[in-house]
Amino acid sequence: MTESTYRIQGATGEWEVVIGLEVHAQVTSHAKLFSGASTTFGAEPNAQVSLVDAAMPGMLPVPNGECVRQAVRTGMALNAQINRYSRFDRKNYFYADLPQGYQISQLYHPIVGEGGIEISLDEKNPDAQTKTIGIERLHLEQDAGKLMHDQHPTMSYVDLNRCGVALMEIVSRPDMRSPAEAGAYLKKLRTILRYVGSCDGNMEEGSMRADVNVSVRKPGDEFGTRTETKNVNSVRYVMATIEHEANRQVDVLESGGTIVQETRLYDPDKNETRSMRSKEDAHDYRYFPDPDLLPLELDDAFLDACKESLPELPDAKRKRYESELGLSAYNAAVLTAEAETARWFEALLAESAKAQGKPEADVAKASANWLLSELYGALNRMGKTIDESPVSPAAGAELVALVADGTISGTIAKQVFEIMLETGDGAGKIVEERGLKQTSDTGAIDAAIAKVLADNADKVEQYRSGKEALFGFFVGQTMKAMQGKANPQMVNEQLKKVLN
Amino acid sequence: MTELTDLGIADIRNGVRAGTFSAREVATAFNARVAEAKALNAFMIDTPDHALAAADAIDAKRAAGEDLPIMAGVPIGMKDLFCTVGVEARAASEILNGFKPTYESTVSQKLWDAGAGMLGKLNMDQFAMGSSNETSAFGNVISPWRRNDGSNAPLAPGGSSGGSSAAISARLCPGATGTDTGGSIRQPAAFTGISGIKPTYGRCSRWGVIAFASSLDQAGPMARDVRDCAIMLEAMSGFDPKDSTSLDLAVPNWEAGLSSDLKGKRVGIPKEYRMDGMNADVAAVWDKAADWLRDAGAEIVEVSLPHTRYALPAYYIIAPAEASSNLARYDGVRYGQRTLPDGAGLQDMYAATRAAGFGAEVRRRIMIGTYVLSAGFYDAYYTQAQKVRALIARDFAQVWDHCDVLLAPTAPSAAFGLGENSEDPIAMYLNDVFAVPASLAGLPAMSVPGGLDSQGLPLGLQIIGKPLDEQGVLNAGLAIEERAGFTARPAQWW
Amino acid sequence: MKKIASLARIAMTDAEIEAMVPEFNGILGWVEQLGEVDVTGIEPMTAVIPNTLRLREDVVTDGNIRDKVLANAPAAEHGFFGVPKVIE
Repeated sequence: MTESTYRIQGATGEWEVVIGLEVHAQVTSHAKLFSGASTTFGAEPNAQVSLVDAAMPGMLPVPNGECVRQAVRTGMALNAQINRYSRFDRKNYFYADLPQGYQISQLYHPIVGEGGIEISLDEKNPDAQTKTIGIERLHLEQDAGKLMHDQHPTMSYVDLNRCGVALMEIVSRPDMRSPAEAGAYLKKLRTILRYVGSCDGNMEEGSMRADVNVSVRKPGDEFGTRTETKNVNSVRYVMATIEHEANRQVDVLESGGTIVQETRLYDPDKNETRSMRSKEDAHDYRYFPDPDLLPLELDDAFLDACKESLPELPDAKRKRYESELGLSAYNAAVLTAEAETARWFEALLAESAKAQGKPEADVAKASANWLLSELYGALNRMGKTIDESPVSPAAGAELVALVADGTISGTIAKQVFEIMLETGDGAGKIVEERGLKQTSDTGAIDAAIAKVLADNADKVEQYRSGKEALFGFFVGQTMKAMQGKANPQMVNEQLKKVLN
Repeated sequence: MTELTDLGIADIRNGVRAGTFSAREVATAFNARVAEAKALNAFMIDTPDHALAAADAIDAKRAAGEDLPIMAGVPIGMKDLFCTVGVEARAASEILNGFKPTYESTVSQKLWDAGAGMLGKLNMDQFAMGSSNETSAFGNVISPWRRNDGSNAPLAPGGSSGGSSAAISARLCPGATGTDTGGSIRQPAAFTGISGIKPTYGRCSRWGVIAFASSLDQAGPMARDVRDCAIMLEAMSGFDPKDSTSLDLAVPNWEAGLSSDLKGKRVGIPKEYRMDGMNADVAAVWDKAADWLRDAGAEIVEVSLPHTRYALPAYYIIAPAEASSNLARYDGVRYGQRTLPDGAGLQDMYAATRAAGFGAEVRRRIMIGTYVLSAGFYDAYYTQAQKVRALIARDFAQVWDHCDVLLAPTAPSAAFGLGENSEDPIAMYLNDVFAVPASLAGLPAMSVPGGLDSQGLPLGLQIIGKPLDEQGVLNAGLAIEERAGFTARPAQWW
Repeated sequence: MKKIASLARIAMTDAEIEAMVPEFNGILGWVEQLGEVDVTGIEPMTAVIPNTLRLREDVVTDGNIRDKVLANAPAAEHGFFGVPKVIE
């Protein structure tokens, strides 16, 4: 556990920032929470709307079991209390994106209770600075529809496609003390959701967004009054919101004002938050249990099946990469930060072990290094994600194996990889066809060395009189003469023999 | 020869099956009778073509030698709360003006599948909120009954299913759908000398039925006698995966199970229902009914339901609370009436639409419901009411140790005159004092005619049963029906 | 009362509100007799008849019925519902 030292320097001294996040994560499911309409993104307006979603008279909700299952699995991944008994409540308010006039949510008895997430504050050394952020609850609720204001001079248009899509609202404790902690929490939460497969974590498409609660206080004081900035949709914006809002609050307080508990909006263009006065009219949601639904009771079989279906989670995986595969803490952290990367790496590892006939632990480091430097570099250049990699794990493993058994050098491997990306051919085929095999023929190497030394007699002289740094020059020249195909270890050995 | 329109459900079905008359003849006769009864204002919309098409389908089936279903050739009335494809469904409210559902309620579909056809949509209290049919936006239904004092004062047909009760007692239809939230099937049945049963909560799907109070609403049949109710209830009931509160149980063959032999059965008389200042005619018919049931072989026992007096106030918290939320969807955006004052914004449009669209009683209940759910009052009102409701349900659960069914009056009096109670909401609410407890506990309950009061108006007797024991309720009802010999019918004045 | 009317989105004039107050208080006074019931240890009722919540399969069975969805709309254009312009 590490105490945050993030402080805002005000005119009256230091201020501490207190942050809590309410994250809305869209549940990965085919159909909506209470209707059989599709959840696919980007359909024609009102095409994915059932009579239930449009709140036609006499329509009734029936819950989607998959959404319940995903909420429970997520709760388990957050080490949270799973409530065998939960209930759906109605949150009543009027808005054009809410046809029923109420949102079905869970206030009094949420499906998931208290849990926590461990965050790392130092990416390079994930085990060094950790902190647990408490989760207060996770509950299921319906998303609302969408209003478009700019299509008609006097009307707003209503599209109900998103209306009724299942959301998990994940509420943290006010445990974060800096923008960095909030960023780390959000990233970690997204990683966990993606591992579990309960949310795609795609903040750009709105499948994950955060309400940011911020207050400030003098260190050691009671919590101050908080504001809530709604619907912030990227990690960067969440951090910017906190920074801006905390500074604004300090300014208000130091100039003798008070903080009003209110809803605010973050404007990324101006990088500021502003009050949403339009939504301020006396909120009274009149929550009560939805009489169209019965209490949700989960049995052992359901919970056991949820538990069994959970994958290895990022923290466990990272620790295993370190302890069993011998990877560095940093590499382990990077490889496990995204479920897709870990999945790709594990496929590569399995293929490498097979190709080289060795245990995974023995091929792990080389595989990890190749993935993180060569493959990542190439993907970055191409602007592709690892799932879009033009090279398969098996093809990568073939290349790594060729280096491992000395068939090609690391330098040649880079060339081969480029050709693989261009042509789609396998590493073995490229090496064979283009004669890139590393030569361990001492005769050829010796001949090349002899020529290099003869051509650079002056440097040989300097070397022998003590300028040992020139050794690398001879290696380089020899490799160049051999067009990179010489086994570098042999070049080293032979050079040493001849020069000394 | 008997008029076709004097026949009940069983007789029509049997006659159609036997070929004594065709379904088309029946539909034609009832269509004509509906058309000439406009003075009652029972039907809001006539759908003669629906009735004829259903009848023709049945006649074709019979001609093809197919088995005919249990309501073959029976034309019925449909309470306006049920959505039927292409026919306006307004819940007797302006706010749903013009709303034509593109879907068919589960219950109405089941009725069509059972061979019934629709004569039209029946008037009712607006959104089923009322006990006299005076809250309809489309005018009062006039009961076909009149007092024997020659006054011709128009009487209430009961509510909220007042169009249904008036239509059946006036022989405009042999049966009709009703819905019962706090007595809306039983009280109008009692007022008009017909029978009606509210089954166990969850027997009839609520899908496609315009909601009033979800935890109380339950559809049921209204008809001239117990057998007809049994047949129609069987047609309406059944599990519906589209309703989360629907009971996943097979539908019993209630008609086949009818028996008025009550040997070995115990009938409970709840002492708390015998209230101070009780109407003497009501008390007398209740006593007589106990004798009839004893005569049918039952043992009569006095039982206690100690929380009875709290049922009505609990109901008037829970039902408005649910209604305030259920009726939030009527906002002028997706269907129905929209009122858009010049320059109005969205929230102004909501307020204007709802003020213009909802009638006074609906507005009153929405306001009460909004209040009891609002911050600071929720626990004192709503939570307390749901706890009292649990106690009321527990009273019933405990009473089943001592008896199989309960016998009580359906309503505290016979039909009252239109306008007599409309000034004082609480006086109106008290009409449902005997009906509401069974609603709160979700129990099956029916009303059967027991006789006439001193003014010559029908009095109803209520039988309340254990959860899922509709058969026990119907059988006790049949035993009363056989002994009451109720043959009175209103003289035709319309 | 004004607040309740506003929460319920029912436009009421001051006169209407004033007229409703005594009636409203009468009803509330009448239901308040519930307060005298001893409910110690009693859970509020949640299911009228014992029944468990069924869960649906995660299958798309509905939607693509835009015409039906919009059929009754007082204002619909280009596949959307239309409402007075909202300024957020």
